[in-house]
Amino acid sequence: MQLTVWTYEGPPHVGAMRIATAMEGLHYVLHAPQGDTYADLLFTMIERRDRRPPVTYTTFQARDLGGDTANLFKTAVQEAYERFKPEALLVGASCTAELIQDDPGGLAKALNLPVPVVPLELPSYQRKENWGAAETFYRLVRGLAGPQAPAPGTPRRDRPDGQKPSCNILGPTALGFRHRDDVQEITRLLDSLGVAVKVVAPLGARPADLARLGEADFNVVLYPEVADTAARWLERTFKQPRVTTVPIGVGATEDFIAEVEALCFGGEPSHPDTASSRLPWHARSIDSTYLNGKRVFIFGDATHAVAAARVATEELGFKVVGLGTYSREFARDLRSAAERYEVEPLITDDYLEVEARIVELQPELVLGTQMERHIAKRLGIGCAVISAPVHVQDFPARYSPQMGFEGANVLFDTWVHPLMMGLEEHLIGMFREDAEFGADARPSHLGHAAEPVATPAVNGHGEVGNAVPANDSEIRWADEAERELGKVPFFVRGKVRRNTERFARDGGKALITLETLYDAKAHYGR
Amino acid sequence: MNSPAAAVSPVAADGCGVGADADERPILRERGQREVFCGLTGIIWLHRKIQDAFFLVVGSRTCAHLIQSAAGVMIFAEPRFATAIIDERDLAGLADANDELDRVVERLLSRRPDIRMLFLVGSCPSEVIKLDLSRAAQRLSHKHAPAVRVLNYSGSGIETTFTQGEDACLASLVPCLPAMPEDGKASLLVVGALADVVEDQLRRLFDDLGVGPVDFFPPRMAKTLPAVGPTTRFLLAQPFLADTARALEERGARHLPAPFPLGAEGTTAWLEAAANAWGVEPERFRRVTAAGRERADRAVARYREVLAGRRVFFFPDSQLEIPIARFLARELAMTPLEVGTPYLHRQHLAAELALLPETAKLSEGQDVERQLDRCLAARPDITVCGLGLANPLEAEGLTTKWSIELLFTPVHGYEQAGDLAELFARPLQRRQALAV
Repeated sequence: MQLTVWTYEGPPHVGAMRIATAMEGLHYVLHAPQGDTYADLLFTMIERRDRRPPVTYTTFQARDLGGDTANLFKTAVQEAYERFKPEALLVGASCTAELIQDDPGGLAKALNLPVPVVPLELPSYQRKENWGAAETFYRLVRGLAGPQAPAPGTPRRDRPDGQKPSCNILGPTALGFRHRDDVQEITRLLDSLGVAVKVVAPLGARPADLARLGEADFNVVLYPEVADTAARWLERTFKQPRVTTVPIGVGATEDFIAEVEALCFGGEPSHPDTASSRLPWHARSIDSTYLNGKRVFIFGDATHAVAAARVATEELGFKVVGLGTYSREFARDLRSAAERYEVEPLITDDYLEVEARIVELQPELVLGTQMERHIAKRLGIGCAVISAPVHVQDFPARYSPQMGFEGANVLFDTWVHPLMMGLEEHLIGMFREDAEFGADARPSHLGHAAEPVATPAVNGHGEVGNAVPANDSEIRWADEAERELGKVPFFVRGKVRRNTERFARDGGKALITLETLYDAKAHYGR
Repeated sequence: MNSPAAAVSPVAADGCGVGADADERPILRERGQREVFCGLTGIIWLHRKIQDAFFLVVGSRTCAHLIQSAAGVMIFAEPRFATAIIDERDLAGLADANDELDRVVERLLSRRPDIRMLFLVGSCPSEVIKLDLSRAAQRLSHKHAPAVRVLNYSGSGIETTFTQGEDACLASLVPCLPAMPEDGKASLLVVGALADVVEDQLRRLFDDLGVGPVDFFPPRMAKTLPAVGPTTRFLLAQPFLADTARALEERGARHLPAPFPLGAEGTTAWLEAAANAWGVEPERFRRVTAAGRERADRAVARYREVLAGRRVFFFPDSQLEIPIARFLARELAMTPLEVGTPYLHRQHLAAELALLPETAKLSEGQDVERQLDRCLAARPDITVCGLGLANPLEAEGLTTKWSIELLFTPVHGYEQAGDLAELFARPLQRRQALAV
């Protein structure tokens, strides 16, 4: 049993709903008690969808449990088929129905419906939303494209000369973080490279589209959390290579282009003049020098977190001080990225742990999910959202991709704007005694509501404790030194405190004086 | 189990209704997909109402996700609810599940020393695996007494619909209420979670009427539980409190039947039920309530122009549908088409049913697909529905009102009658204002 106050991911059947809702002509019959229908509002409210998700729930009640819940399920499948006339059906159980073991797959098969029925087994007590989405997509692809598979061992026929290379884009779902715009951006990019996109799935695909996935020359795995399992199966079955670079940021987009070109054109550049991003020039622009070494904490799904770490380091000149994910399935990728940036990886789905780490690291910018946005807001730290779980704000009216060259422009804007502009930072540094700057001055654009960094909102959580690392009880601050520390601008104060304490500890000093403070400053530099 | 088609049949009343009108009104009972929240949702307002209580759902990741999604917000302040998520190890052996629960409660209480009352809230999975939360509550109560009292109730979707979670919570609390002395004075208990400001307004009215002493249940603090006994008279502030009312009656308290305090008329009749029990002179009653009635009438009149003659359709949700339909029909001259309710308690709603226009069609339970067909065919001017249905209906050109707002907005009493009317006027005014 795990004590959970808030969760990054829903149960696996919500992942299945993200696949079903993304597609056309598909219907999902879910054996579930009343109440589980709450999941509809995720799609109609957060994503503002104008249609209900294509999901029928059996909504069994206690009085049904003694009776025939299996028959209830069969009736629901039959009626859903007659009402919605889907081209294929998904059937499965939510957490409660999993316990009553009615075998939705077997029951649905017994109805002999004239459309493919794909049964789902999603272990609710072990797995979570993204896994559920990946498993559902894999089962659908396997169930619908499987009949078209060549005999094992059949070599893939070469693309006829003069035929444009083609690919599928795999992974975008309903309730995805900017999936709508990423697909548009990457489709346009592939088109400029001379590559045709045959099928985008699951977003906007019909069951018949999944059946012809094998026709394309290769697959673009845009969102590995959702599409990795299915793409690996397609690779084994249809000998379709996978393009696995996730094109977030300028460098990754260029790598993505190189990977596509290597596959299609033997590495020859196919595009004389692909549109590029304004990010490199903006990052080199003289006003951006204040971005140098900004301490950034990154948390999200593994794909977005790892990509953000690269953009932050290589394209904006930030310093990654923390990197984490709630995607345990991709923990290995995140761990190796963390090693690259020499930070300790944080693999957790407990937001209190994430909050504790942010408090401890005192970053100047947080790149995270909506939960980290709230944490950062409480702590008075700038923040930009880079990953699901999604919020209504993550479905902007304007075009706002994360991927490709336009996506890189969006990243520059959304990550840099929460930071204090260079001159404001200098003025606070120079005139610390100004009453308006004060000891707890905040960047003006973050408003005045934020609480001081030293009082994290999570109290009573033993592990969090105080924001000031007080793990060294034998070290004391002299009053004068403590006052001087108060004059250090808030955005570096935590670092100065930590460095000074470490300096004192290393030097065997029990009392930090004004001298110690400035000795430490000289030792570490800014 | 019946197929939904077979279950669609107008059934005569079951005879427990009080008024003759109520008895004869036909009702459409349906069994099909129910597009409603489960009782866990009540935690969203209960955990704020009772300030020293904590709600620990013993359930699945779905339960945790439901509450955070239904609340529609991320967490700004650490909430007084959480979920103990059952995992596969707990399913392997129930003894272990109990140990695990004890460990989780231990950790929770050490983190939150301010908590005086802990509700273990049962869910669909905990009910299906028959995890005995009442025994767990006894065991934990014993262990953590006297600092913390541990209670349990079920908010599971297989047993409760949306507001029934509050009913189950309050019913579980009734046995803890201290006993009123046998020869005690008559006292009034107002039952059902209300906004703090509404409680204060009602208390002033009861004081002016000379009705009292008055207690509110649930209380704002778990450590100040009201006493109950044979001299207690209680008014229900909400229509969904069947089990709580029964539990109070078992303690000897007596229910004062009345319409619910929504709108000027409902509030007057509700106050009058208490005034009559206390033998308040009619003249005094008129004098005390005159100002509030007049203000409510004036506030409501402002919206009559927008709302009069408009046709309203209710999807079942909170059990507030019938009292609100009555208010909209009688004070705003609206026309209720279908009034759906998840469950109809004929006795508690007898006075309401007597006031509801004959033309309003009642439905109980739900088959959401069929109900959507009826709604789209009727094309009402305003449709009251849950969050999952609102945008799809808007996209069909219908104007909707989220029913959950009726629980999250202070709507009871004279001073809120205008606010209640405004909730229905707003979507229509907005639609008129937009030129795109």
